[in-house]
Amino acid sequence: MKETLYDKIWNEHLVHQNTDGSALVYIDRHLIHEVTSPQAFDGLDIEKRKIWNKDSIFAVSDHNVPTKNRSSGISDKISKLQVDTLTKNCQKHNINYFDLNHINQGIVHVIGPELGITQPGMTLVCGDSHTSTHGALASLAFGIGTSDVEHVLATQCINLKKEKNFRINISGRLEDHISSKDLILHIIGVIGTSGGTGYTIEFAGECINNMSIESRMTMCNMSIEAGAKSGLIAFDEITYNYMLNKTYAPSEKYFDNAVKYWESLISDVGAKFDKEISIDASDILPQVTWGTSPEMTTNIDGKLPDPDEESDVNKKEYIKRALAYMDLKPKQEIQSIAIDKVFIGSCTNSRIEDLRQAARVLKGNKINKTLKQAIAVPGSGHVKKQAEDEGLDKIFIKSGFEWRDPGCSMCLGMNDDSLLPYERCASTSNRNFEGRQGDKGRTHLVSPSMAAAAAIKGHFCNVVDFLNEK
Amino acid sequence: MKNKIITGQAIPFTQSNIDTDAIIPKQYLKSIKKSGFGPFLFDSLRYLDPGDLSTTSSRNVNPDFILNIEPFKTGNIIVANDNFGCGSSREHAVWALKDFGIEAIISSSFADIFHRNSFKNSLLLICITKDDIEVLLDDISGSAKYELTIDIQNQTIKTPNNTVFSFDINPSDKERIILGYDDIGLTLQHSDKIKEYESKMKIKKPWMFEDNHE
Ligand code: SF4
Repeated sequence: MKETLYDKIWNEHLVHQNTDGSALVYIDRHLIHEVTSPQAFDGLDIEKRKIWNKDSIFAVSDHNVPTKNRSSGISDKISKLQVDTLTKNCQKHNINYFDLNHINQGIVHVIGPELGITQPGMTLVCGDSHTSTHGALASLAFGIGTSDVEHVLATQCINLKKEKNFRINISGRLEDHISSKDLILHIIGVIGTSGGTGYTIEFAGECINNMSIESRMTMCNMSIEAGAKSGLIAFDEITYNYMLNKTYAPSEKYFDNAVKYWESLISDVGAKFDKEISIDASDILPQVTWGTSPEMTTNIDGKLPDPDEESDVNKKEYIKRALAYMDLKPKQEIQSIAIDKVFIGSCTNSRIEDLRQAARVLKGNKINKTLKQAIAVPGSGHVKKQAEDEGLDKIFIKSGFEWRDPGCSMCLGMNDDSLLPYERCASTSNRNFEGRQGDKGRTHLVSPSMAAAAAIKGHFCNVVDFLNEK
Repeated sequence: MKNKIITGQAIPFTQSNIDTDAIIPKQYLKSIKKSGFGPFLFDSLRYLDPGDLSTTSSRNVNPDFILNIEPFKTGNIIVANDNFGCGSSREHAVWALKDFGIEAIISSSFADIFHRNSFKNSLLLICITKDDIEVLLDDISGSAKYELTIDIQNQTIKTPNNTVFSFDINPSDKERIILGYDDIGLTLQHSDKIKEYESKMKIKKPWMFEDNHE
C-alpha cells in the first residue's frame, strides 16, 4: 500500500482502534505553557490521577510574560499567578521547565524545534493551535484544548479521527525578498480559512524542497489559519542538517538509527491524496492582509475589495464589516495605508532568519517619524543571543526599533505589549482578528521584510522595489 | 432509550468565521479557573468599555449587540454561519459559552479544535447545510421570540412553525452528550495496551524515550 507521510505517522502511533471510527493515538511529545495548562493540572489533582510520562513533557511560559525589565519579575499580579502556577505544577511533577531567565525560554513553537525537542516522525501536541508549526520537521503536530491536555498528561494518548490527506504542490521559486509568509498568506487567500478543515495539509514541490526549516515552519504555522490542524513537510537533507547538534536531539548512541527511521518519513510516490492543488510560487508578490481574517489578503500592488461588487450577501456583509472595523475604504490602494506601530515577532516570524531579513531592510535606515512604536521580539533566548552575536540588535536599535526579550508579546497582547484602540499595526504574526492585538486594534499581517519597509516609510510599500532603489 | 431534549430561544449570528478571540478575548485567559467566564462572553462586542479580570465597576453594555437584546439575552441555542469557532485552541471559549447558558450551536461548519473542545464539555454542535442555516437565520430575525427544540436521540430540530430539520451526528458524540463521559477513565481502561505499545516503541525507537532531565 502506498502511503502518505500523514498515513505513515498515523499508523505508527495507533494504540487502539475504537468501534466508532476514531482511534487511540500515542503522543510522543507534549509541550505545555502557562495559559492552557492550569485547569488540566487541577483536573488531575481532583481525580488523583498521575502523569503518564513526565519525560515526554517540556514546559515554558511565553504568552503572558513581560518582554522588558524581566529581571524585576512580572508586575501584573494575575499574570504572575498564572506563571507561578505553571512553575509550581512543573516542580511538583518533576517536569522540564524553562523559567523566564533561562536561555532556553521562548515561544513554545520556536523552542521545540530549536532545542531538538521536536523530532521527525513524532506525534506532538500542545494546548495551542499553532502547534502545527512543528510539522515542518515531518512530525505530526496539532493544537489541543485544555481537556485534551489533561487527557494526554494522564494517558499519553488522545482519541482522534483520522483527517483526510490534502497536498499543496508548490512549483517554482520565490523571488528575492519574497518570503514563505507571503506564500502562505497567498495560499490562504486562495483556499480560504476553512479550505483545510478536516484535512492534514502536506506542503510539497520544488519551492518547498528549496526552503529552509525556518521558512517551512512559517508555512506549517499558518496551516491552522487555513483550517487544518496540522501541516506537514517531508523529511529531507535540509531536515537532517537542521537536526544536527540540537540539545535534546537523539543522543549519539541512537542518532544513526534515528536517521534511518527519519528517511522513511516521506509520502510514497503514487500515494493517494483526497485533495490536491498546485500553486506557482514564481509570480507571488508581497502580501498584506487588509481585513479581519487571514484570508482577506492581497498583494502589495492590490486594492481593497468593493462590497458593492460582491453578489453573495453574506460575503458582502463580511467585507463591509471588515472594512468598517479596519477603517478602510473600498478600492483603497494597499500602499496608501499608513500605520502606527510595527511588530516583528511571534511563532510565525521570530526566528533568526526572520530577524535577518528585517535587519537587511532596516540597515542604514530610520523608522518613520510618524510611527508611535516599533518592536522586535525574538522568539527565544537562543534566537536573541544569535541575533546579538551577529549584531542585528544594533541595526534594530539604531533604526529606532525596541529590542525586547522573548515571548508571544504583541501577537496577542496578553502582556503589556498591545495596541491601543484604533491603532494600526504592521505585524509579522498570524491573526488579524478583531481585537487580537488589543481591543479595537487593527492588524495587517505581513512578512518581516515588509514590516521593516513599512516601518521606514510609515505606510505599506513593496519591499522588493524599496531594496532595488537602495 | 435515554434521550436529551434541548429547548430554548435561538440567537442568530449572521457573520461567518466567528473566532475564539471574539468569543473570549485574551485578557480573560489569565484566569487559572474553568468557571466564571460567562459575563465575559463576546466581551468586546458586548460592552462599550474595556474590561479585564480585575474590573470591579459595572460595564457599559452595547445595546446593539445581540446578547444584550431581548429575548436573545436569555437564549441558549446559537445559530451561526460558516466556520464557527475558528482560530485559537482556547477551551475558555467553550467554558464561556457554557457558563453563559449556551447548550447548543447550529452552524454549517465548525473549526476542528473548537469542535473537540465543545463535545469534551457537553456543548452540542450541530452541522446542517448552508441553505438550512439561511432559512433558520431568516426566520429568527423575522420574529422576536423563536424557540427551537432539539431532539438529540432522533436527530431533529423543530422550529416554532413546526418545520423539522434533521441532522447527522457522530454516534459517539451523540452518546457523549446524552450520557456524559469520563474520557480519561475510558482511555485508562486501555492502560495495558498503551503500555504494550510503549514497550514495543522503546525497542524500536529508543531515542524518543531518553531521559531529558537536566
Ligand atoms: S506567538 Fe502568538 S500565535 Fe504563537 S503561540 Fe504565542 S500567542 Fe500563539
